[in-house]
Amino acid sequence: MRKLLTVLAALATLSLTNCGYNAIQTNDEQVKSAWSEVLNQYQRRADLVPNLVNSVKGFAQQEKDVLLGVTNARAKVGSIQATPELVNDPGAFAKFQAAQGELSSALSKLLVVTENYPQLKSDALFHDLMSQLEGTENRITVARNRYIKSVQDYNVGIRTFPNNLTAMMFGYKEKANFTVDNEKEISTAPKVDFNASPAPAK
Amino acid sequence: MMAARAFLLALLLGWSFAAAADVAVPPLSGRVVDQTGTLSAGDADALTQRLKDLQTRKGSQVAVLIVPTTQPETIEQFSIRVAEAWKIGRKKIDDGALLVVAKNDHKLRIEVGYGLEGALTDVTARRIIDEIIVPRFKTGDFAGGISAGVDRIIRVIDGEPLPAPKPEVSHSVDPNMFFDIIFSPFGLIGYAAIAAIMRGLLGRLLGSGVTAGVVGVIVWFLLSSIAVSAIFGVAAFFLTMFGDSILAASQAANRRGGGGGGGGWSSGSSGSSWSGGSSSGSSDSGFSGGGGSFGGGGASGSW
Repeated sequence: MRKLLTVLAALATLSLTNCGYNAIQTNDEQVKSAWSEVLNQYQRRADLVPNLVNSVKGFAQQEKDVLLGVTNARAKVGSIQATPELVNDPGAFAKFQAAQGELSSALSKLLVVTENYPQLKSDALFHDLMSQLEGTENRITVARNRYIKSVQDYNVGIRTFPNNLTAMMFGYKEKANFTVDNEKEISTAPKVDFNASPAPAK
Repeated sequence: MMAARAFLLALLLGWSFAAAADVAVPPLSGRVVDQTGTLSAGDADALTQRLKDLQTRKGSQVAVLIVPTTQPETIEQFSIRVAEAWKIGRKKIDDGALLVVAKNDHKLRIEVGYGLEGALTDVTARRIIDEIIVPRFKTGDFAGGISAGVDRIIRVIDGEPLPAPKPEVSHSVDPNMFFDIIFSPFGLIGYAAIAAIMRGLLGRLLGSGVTAGVVGVIVWFLLSSIAVSAIFGVAAFFLTMFGDSILAASQAANRRGGGGGGGGWSSGSSGSSWSGGSSSGSSDSGFSGGGGSFGGGGASGSW
């Protein structure tokens, strides 16, 4: 009788560790920390933007539209409550991503404009800010990559047998991942037209 | 025949796809890894020596990698992959830095570990690249550019207060040493002998106490760590006190007579695998990353 109980207890322990509950917890935490790092780096970029706008403003006062675009995009990013729970809500996640994408495109427009101001480009402060922005964009890329990988681990974990049963029982849903929002734009080759007048970068 | 041919074709196809894939991360053969033969042996040795000095002085690890190309990846993608694979810099302190030069792409990058991002900021890294390395690279002086750039990186790291490198004494209290003592035949037999004598002379309780004291003092001498020796002492006390009853119980459970218990001890003393691990750790010729992590900080440049 005691032997039977021992065997049963061992089986119960084994099945508990094999049902994947612990693995799901581990992956879940991994996703959370990877997401925090993404937010961290996006925050770093958002903090850089006001300085950047100010340094450009000193040299390129007439580029009001572009500067305004960056400022507005920055304000929009700041208005979204970036919480760790965002990853569990696909709608909010998409909104967050759209706002960050908008800031990215506004910044790239700003960079194109600055090409027209040699004085600005040789300014030491602007140069430093650009180095910081480049470094931050690279950090964002790395953080996003790591997030994508951790979400992949998590999603594969909760979709494969037998963990999917556990996930179903405890209500663990797949987590949202980054997508490219302008997929169509990227897949079409860019048109190069030499006849057009030098485009005032919009 | 047909199947074999199809298999071969599939293999070849796989091969060609593999060839089109990303550049593999080179093995970490030393602090300076040059895959292009740009640096002379003397230059590389001098550079290695300076980087080694930095590690003994400050504890942080810096490595240099020169590859022909990183295509189809950008240098940023490639260097973060290398940094993740090599793990240079101390664990948790993350004070590693990596200078990657892609010679045919005319690109270079300084990849900075988390712990050095405060000293070797993006701006500093960019300045080192733009003002020190690139002018020399433009004139074709690769050895001089890399040497001057590394010197500046070392100077920046020297100015940063980092946790001191571990002295040799504390190095000896690593887990391997622990297991060496526990599982070494000498340690076990010696312990058993002391325990048997003390218990025979002084009785169960007093004997256990004295054995614990002797074991603690010996371990203290060997590892010079009071905390560890206290743990050993307490363990020895309980083992001497209840060891025989545990052994008896396990034997009874095994229902195989004395053989079961004896087997347990002998498997415990087969510690040769542990000592193998420690001997490879003590050899200092090989350079390996300390487990530092990178988050994409640093700067890139081109010439």
